[in-house]
Amino acid sequence: MKRSPLELSNTNIQKRHRKARMFRLLCAGVTWLGAALLAILLIQITLDGIKWLDIQFLTSFPSRFPYKAGVKSALVGTLWLITMIAIVSIPIGVATALYLEELSHKGRIAKIVEVNIANLAGVPSIVYGIIGLAIFVRGLGFERSLVSGALTMSLLILPVIIIASREAIKTVPMSIRHAAYALGATKLQTAWAHVLPASFPGILTGVILALSRAIGETAPLIMIGALTYVAFLPEGPMDSFTALPIQIFNWVSRPQQEFHELAAGGIIVLLVVLLTMNATAIFIRHKTEKKLQ
Amino acid sequence: MQMREMETLKHSDVNQAKKIDIRKTRVRWGEFLIESSLGLCAMISIFTTGVIIFILAQESLGFFEAVSPFDFFFGTSWVPLFEPSSYGVLPLLWGTMLITIGAALFAIPTGLASAIYLSEYASPRMRAVVKPVLEVLAGIPTVVYGYFALTFVTPLLRKMVPGLEVFNALSGAIVVGVMILPTIATLSDNALRAVPDSLRQGAYALGATSLEVTTRVVVPAGLSGVMASFLLAISRAIGETMAVTLAAGATPNLSLTFLESIQTMTAYIVQVSMGDTPAGGIAYQTLFAVAGLLFVITLILNIVSQWILSKFREVYE
Repeated sequence: MKRSPLELSNTNIQKRHRKARMFRLLCAGVTWLGAALLAILLIQITLDGIKWLDIQFLTSFPSRFPYKAGVKSALVGTLWLITMIAIVSIPIGVATALYLEELSHKGRIAKIVEVNIANLAGVPSIVYGIIGLAIFVRGLGFERSLVSGALTMSLLILPVIIIASREAIKTVPMSIRHAAYALGATKLQTAWAHVLPASFPGILTGVILALSRAIGETAPLIMIGALTYVAFLPEGPMDSFTALPIQIFNWVSRPQQEFHELAAGGIIVLLVVLLTMNATAIFIRHKTEKKLQ
Repeated sequence: MQMREMETLKHSDVNQAKKIDIRKTRVRWGEFLIESSLGLCAMISIFTTGVIIFILAQESLGFFEAVSPFDFFFGTSWVPLFEPSSYGVLPLLWGTMLITIGAALFAIPTGLASAIYLSEYASPRMRAVVKPVLEVLAGIPTVVYGYFALTFVTPLLRKMVPGLEVFNALSGAIVVGVMILPTIATLSDNALRAVPDSLRQGAYALGATSLEVTTRVVVPAGLSGVMASFLLAISRAIGETMAVTLAAGATPNLSLTFLESIQTMTAYIVQVSMGDTPAGGIAYQTLFAVAGLLFVITLILNIVSQWILSKFREVYE
């Protein structure tokens, strides 16, 4: 039987729509695969590590014996490290962003700085580790101390803080600046008293995300030589230290099953710290988004 | 005080005030100082770049005094720590390539599909769930992915693939692929969402199906952003360290399959720095030569990706 052109085009249309539906299903399936991977990862780690998680695990130093080992020095080291990184990187990062967005003459130099920062953000973390090794550990003689680690990590996350802060500053409406200028405020007064407070939530979100990246970074710390057996708590910035990701790496790279489970326990501690920080950032963003609307 | 001045303001004062040139402002030295110090902070980034390039170049030059660049770039054997030593970087470069190619093969199709789903199909509610999940995936430290590769992916693969070694490129590539997936998905999603709706509506009005709208209108229109996300993700895969160190092993070789233990450039750097390498020796200098190569490769990729973004961005409106 011969089909009319209309019928033919009808079956053609049905075929095309069927294809589109399948494509849609495929895309949805692939996306949920990503979510499933996250779920598998978290479940796997929890199953492996949960039985080691107790007060003893949090309050013991690392040890050759799995049942005695804990993350005390690593956790304290990470807290030291993050505090020092915050002290160094937040003022410099926010100052840079404020200068580039508000004060600089948007000329050639500002453009060069901008491109440069974008490129710095793409430099692999291990390269920062090598630079930290050459400058801070060897060149300036800070040895394998918290200072070396914190300065190296600060270099690493500065571009992230700067980019996030600039984005936050850009969202401040021009009308606020114009109002300040109209009342006779200088550029600096406007930036300090109006732009900075208005962009504060955005900057804070960016800073928290950057710091949480620093918490998880392992490679630069290995480079500057934090991978040592540390069974004491650092008492000052010049002391040697260990950190959570380093301790985890140490345990994972051992062949024994028990140490792998300890690593999973360490990962749970690390992820709890990270998730708390990320949740805070998302919460702040959510709050401010509502306010702006 | 201002009020009192206002009160005592007389006609003659006003006349005098008119003569003041408001364009002539006095220099505020305090502000000048603060502004300059803020400017100095901005210069730190330039300074950092300078230091990175200087140190990598200086130590690499020292290395190339001992080893000819030809041997380094074209040698096929990497035995830097034992005698007789040999400094051909190709096995390390190939290891990095294997991981990157494998990761890209996995992450580019899935990442793009996720981005398409997020921007074209997902309801706002679904987006509100999936986007944070991707962000969490992106925020997980790489050492955790290394653990995942070693204790979950590799044992699973060894059940399915006969002849797979404990340390292998396949497991590393898959995990690095999972790592860079969120980068591709979120950046491509941003690029696709920037395509104005009028283009989609035009295509739908002509009778196109959602598949045709996506593949022939939306993706081509957002292609610069999509390509840039691919390049950024690949550059991340090249610089990725901990997962490949833990999963892919420490055997520099030119293996063509994904089944054997290999070593990437980053894994080599970690291996050397974990030992007690004396400063100034040739082994110490190899670190900088390899890191320099890594730096140059990722820098080129980043610059190309920025160039694509600025050059080929379709500006609508």
